[in-house]
Amino acid sequence: MRLNDLLTHTSEWLKGTGPHSDIVISSRLRLARNIDKQPFPHWSSKKQSKSTLEACREAAGKSDLIRKMTIFVLEDLDTVDKQFLVERHLMSYEHAQKTNSKAVIVDEDEVVSVMINEEDHIRAQVMQSGFNLPEAWNVINKVDDALAKELNYAFSPEWGYLTACPTNAGTGMRGSVMLHLPALVMTRQINQVLAAIAKLSFTTRGLYGEGTQATGNFFQISNQVSLGQSETDIIQNINNLIRQIIEQESQCRETLMNSNRGMLEDKISRSFGILKSAHIITSQETTELLSLVRLGCDLGIIKDINRRHVNELFLLIQPAHLQKIENKKLTSQERDIKRAELIRSKLSK
Amino acid sequence: MICDICGKNPATVHLTEIIDDQMNELHLCEECAHKKSAQMEQQFGLSDLLAGLAGFEKQKDEKEGIALKCPNCGMTFKDFKKIGRLGCGECYAAFRSFLGPLLKRIHGSNLHCGKAPGSRIAKLTRRKIEPGETRAAPGQDTVAELRIRLQKAVEAEAYEEAARLRDRIKELERTAHQEGKKE
Repeated sequence: MRLNDLLTHTSEWLKGTGPHSDIVISSRLRLARNIDKQPFPHWSSKKQSKSTLEACREAAGKSDLIRKMTIFVLEDLDTVDKQFLVERHLMSYEHAQKTNSKAVIVDEDEVVSVMINEEDHIRAQVMQSGFNLPEAWNVINKVDDALAKELNYAFSPEWGYLTACPTNAGTGMRGSVMLHLPALVMTRQINQVLAAIAKLSFTTRGLYGEGTQATGNFFQISNQVSLGQSETDIIQNINNLIRQIIEQESQCRETLMNSNRGMLEDKISRSFGILKSAHIITSQETTELLSLVRLGCDLGIIKDINRRHVNELFLLIQPAHLQKIENKKLTSQERDIKRAELIRSKLSK
Repeated sequence: MICDICGKNPATVHLTEIIDDQMNELHLCEECAHKKSAQMEQQFGLSDLLAGLAGFEKQKDEKEGIALKCPNCGMTFKDFKKIGRLGCGECYAAFRSFLGPLLKRIHGSNLHCGKAPGSRIAKLTRRKIEPGETRAAPGQDTVAELRIRLQKAVEAEAYEEAARLRDRIKELERTAHQEGKKE
């Protein structure tokens, strides 16, 4: 698989399918793993980083499961390519920054991705569309077993998997669920929800992970505790919390539909109208308007476009994706024009 | 929206702080956001946060901590405090006395009860026991597993089972200690 092949299909997690996919965009699990005795990436010499990459590459090559995936060595990619992988959630923003002996392994459906030499030697992640952490666990557990067969992990029976940052030690697992909560935002109840989440030692982030702000009413909720609870307990705890948030968002949507239907229809249809007719548009404005259009699809207010196409647009309108589609470098102004063009053509179909 | 700090430039960065359940929103322009983040890092770097979490006292650090150094990767405890990241897996053993309480503060527990690498079970039996480390014979429960069961038994008020588990842990720890001495 070449990098450009990814452009022609939709990432598994954006398909808009799976349980509760009207509110939950995707479920993601990641495991942090390190090779025994080998210095962590930030403390490694160039030579050591290289040997980590080689060891991981060799381990991947020996596994039937991982062998068929594609490895992208970041030194071989240009800035747009790296940003493209970040936009597709296949690797973190941090991973794209310094490139020494870094790589990412990606499967064709973009369900599995394995970053090598990020903060830890190995950061494996599995993404599922909708609310489906248990299935993500099934997949990531197999990927982890496959790598553990070949690599000797840094592990202590007492403290579990040993990671560069002690906040990840233990299971090394972080579960994140991406939620679309426009009704809670509109009714100004979101702040209460976020404060409650923080109290329960979960964190909330924006669309692109650590350090990003919530735009377009998207919120990513993850566990903070990784030690002292088993993987299934962690998943159970996240599930319990997410179920409550889904319930609240559903109720809010229902209330809005019953008491403020006119206002809601107006807001949604105006957003749809701007997207269908704009000639210059930033990615931030697009994300905010698309969020309302997505709500419109979920509530049956907008019927001529489905959730999958809206999800796809969220991805395609981003800077690196636009440049990949146009196959050339574009300035920010040029992108705003191309973005509007793309949206008009996609929505007029 | 205009920047909350300079009141001139349009705000492009939106910062949400939660302090004691009180949520504050700040809307900043890029320039002021840079200044603010530099300020925040100075006030509150991750390493300070970690150090703060472990309740490190300055004096204790100077006496005990500073001298610690990981024999495998050469990271000193001072490096760890500065960077907020460990150097390698062996650092956990090297800085054990500080990391135990730190992990407990971060996670509310310092006892792993999740998955273990499958291939490790066989290897463990061949490895030399480190001081302070406990292990079980192949096919038997590890001390860590027993401790979790003990904790659960106490929570369930199953005291007979708890007493049995406590004795088993003691026994295992004693054997491990003696074996360690022999080797």
